[in-house]
Amino acid sequence: MAAGELLPLVVAVPLLGSAVLVAAGRRLTRIAADALGAAFAAGTVALCVFALIGVLEGPAVAWAGGWRPKDGLGVGIALVGDPLGVGLAALASVVTVAAFVYSWRYLEEPPPRHAGGFPALLLLFQAGMCGFTLTGDLFNAFVFFELMSVVAYALTGYRVEEPRPLQGALAFGIVNSLGGYCMLLGIALLYARTGELGMAQIGRALGTGEPDALVLAAFVLVMTGLLIKAAAVPFHFWLPDAHAVAPTPVCMVLSGVMVELGVYGAARVYWTVFAGPGGVSHSSCTRTLLVIGVATAVLGAAMCWQQRHLKRLLAFSTIGHVGLFLIGVAVLTPEGVSGTALYVLGHAGAKAALFACVGILLARYGSVDEYELYGRGRELRLVGVLFGVGALALAGVPPFGTGLGKAVAEEAAGQQAPWLPAVFVLVSAVTGGAVLRAGLRVFGGAGPRPPAEKADGEPETSGAEEEPETGDRLGRVPGTMLAVPVALLAGALAVGVLPGFAAAVGAAGDHFADHTGYLGTVLGSGSALSHVSASPHWTAAGVVLDLVSTALAIGCAALAVWRPGRTGHPGASGWWTPIRRMQSGHIGDYVAWALAGVALLAVLTVPGMLL
Amino acid sequence: MSVLPYLAAGWIFLIGVYGLVTSRNLIHAVGCLTVTQSSTYVLLVAIGYRRGGTAPVFSDLPPGARVVDPVVQALALTDIVVGATVTALLLALVVQLRKRHGTVDPDKLAELRG
Repeated sequence: MAAGELLPLVVAVPLLGSAVLVAAGRRLTRIAADALGAAFAAGTVALCVFALIGVLEGPAVAWAGGWRPKDGLGVGIALVGDPLGVGLAALASVVTVAAFVYSWRYLEEPPPRHAGGFPALLLLFQAGMCGFTLTGDLFNAFVFFELMSVVAYALTGYRVEEPRPLQGALAFGIVNSLGGYCMLLGIALLYARTGELGMAQIGRALGTGEPDALVLAAFVLVMTGLLIKAAAVPFHFWLPDAHAVAPTPVCMVLSGVMVELGVYGAARVYWTVFAGPGGVSHSSCTRTLLVIGVATAVLGAAMCWQQRHLKRLLAFSTIGHVGLFLIGVAVLTPEGVSGTALYVLGHAGAKAALFACVGILLARYGSVDEYELYGRGRELRLVGVLFGVGALALAGVPPFGTGLGKAVAEEAAGQQAPWLPAVFVLVSAVTGGAVLRAGLRVFGGAGPRPPAEKADGEPETSGAEEEPETGDRLGRVPGTMLAVPVALLAGALAVGVLPGFAAAVGAAGDHFADHTGYLGTVLGSGSALSHVSASPHWTAAGVVLDLVSTALAIGCAALAVWRPGRTGHPGASGWWTPIRRMQSGHIGDYVAWALAGVALLAVLTVPGMLL
Repeated sequence: MSVLPYLAAGWIFLIGVYGLVTSRNLIHAVGCLTVTQSSTYVLLVAIGYRRGGTAPVFSDLPPGARVVDPVVQALALTDIVVGATVTALLLALVVQLRKRHGTVDPDKLAELRG
């Protein structure tokens, strides 16, 4: 079967699976429903892998209903499988399978006759993510964007008996829906200008002439939608609230894949739609994404360091890393894209594994508070080791995939501005260090016991007194819940060490950053790759910088644990209190920030274009 | 064609966002989100307008008759479906929040901060 014919199946199989589970869910026992869901998700993984092998030689296109364009004109809607898109679909599917396996012994027993609900939602989520990575049509991108968003709101608020998940899901839902509508407004403006909805077709129409205010407005609006999904500053406020309260298996997918899809969407739309002369100039796009990326990375890392709620800590570290991913794609080179892709793959494994470890803590102790859990994790030696390895992987220790991706993206960014590698090193060191600090305290009982009570009047979410998502507290940790983080970390390691893997991602980056090649593939006028860059590999400088960030992470963690007086313990008042107050938990504030973000995007994009 | 529909779309978007920012009631906030979304309907339909065009239903029209753009109307329909889903889900969350938390005032929901 040709790769092109597999593409629709990658979206259709999980959709079918969720329909089957909804229809038959009432009669199925929980084990049967979970096994059926996992089988559909795993089947999609297999389809993705076959499609990926097929598209490694060159992207494939599937026209829905066989409506191919004739002489470059057509009304068909395409799914476009380039190696990077299909690879991300594979990643989304793999993490979904991991979430299935983890949730099997984790989530509370569903009420009788409702066993199909959770697996059906998870499959629908997977279908939305796969569709978003494969679509070649801007309006369909919006529909898949909304599909995965709506399912994600429902999954975040899955535990409807508790107030906190509801609150997080509402903030998530309102802010992301607003982003979706901004994106739709932008798509409508592009349709008004070009009369097309396909990414390649719009890109062709914007291939001549000068950029004007309409195209710029469309760029700002579409980017707003995608950057809200990517939780870039100042659109990021929803993410910690949602990721801190979602059930742990869902967090694995949200933090590991969905947020990164926002970055993917922004890069994809730029390269296919706006990269022509009638679109937005490279320098404008680089400036916009770079400013936002650096702000996101720094703020995410700083906020990550302040957290004691372990899930919130991991959520803020995701924001920090999203900033780094944005910097990686902002330089608009194939090397930047492939470095970021490797980084995303490694990060997904490490982050999902860390969430899995935190889930075990929550299930066993009914708390995710770093201070309250002090020393209590000593009995969970294996989980502690996994948590520590995950923290180091987050800091970019070689030979993990995060280290390789960070090194490659760093080098690409360094060619844009020599100080950018320092941002990579600092942000990965601080986020890795924060996780390591929490691990040392919880699993090692290291340093003096931190004060367990909440500081009065401080803006803080402690994470104590959480309801375990297992229903009852776990006595023994089930094997599946341990196997999942082990497998995920092994995956993150494999990204860095498997020979040939990095070369394949390098080729994927070349295809991704090839504007004319993409248009040629979709519109049927040939698709020779215009630029072949050196495949990403470990360099001495990259390894040294990775080791520096790892050492810094260990140093930060050790200093914070053993000399808390000197680094100031998180939660104490300090210069960052105003920044923490911005995370107010108030939906109106978040919307106001998003609107300010639209203005910021416009200010960053417009100069140098119209003058 | 006149610029007025585009201004109207922008205005609807902005008043919806204003309502969201200042809302004191989550049901009202979800309503404001729907208002914001209405701006996309207005924009889409305005883009497809052609002077003198009629509805694009060809069963009782001669071939070649002047009609408005049917594509944007299909988009608006899809958009309405998406909007209905989002609104229903968010309202269900608000109802549940009222049951568990006893309030729909966003100012009183302050468990997730910092």
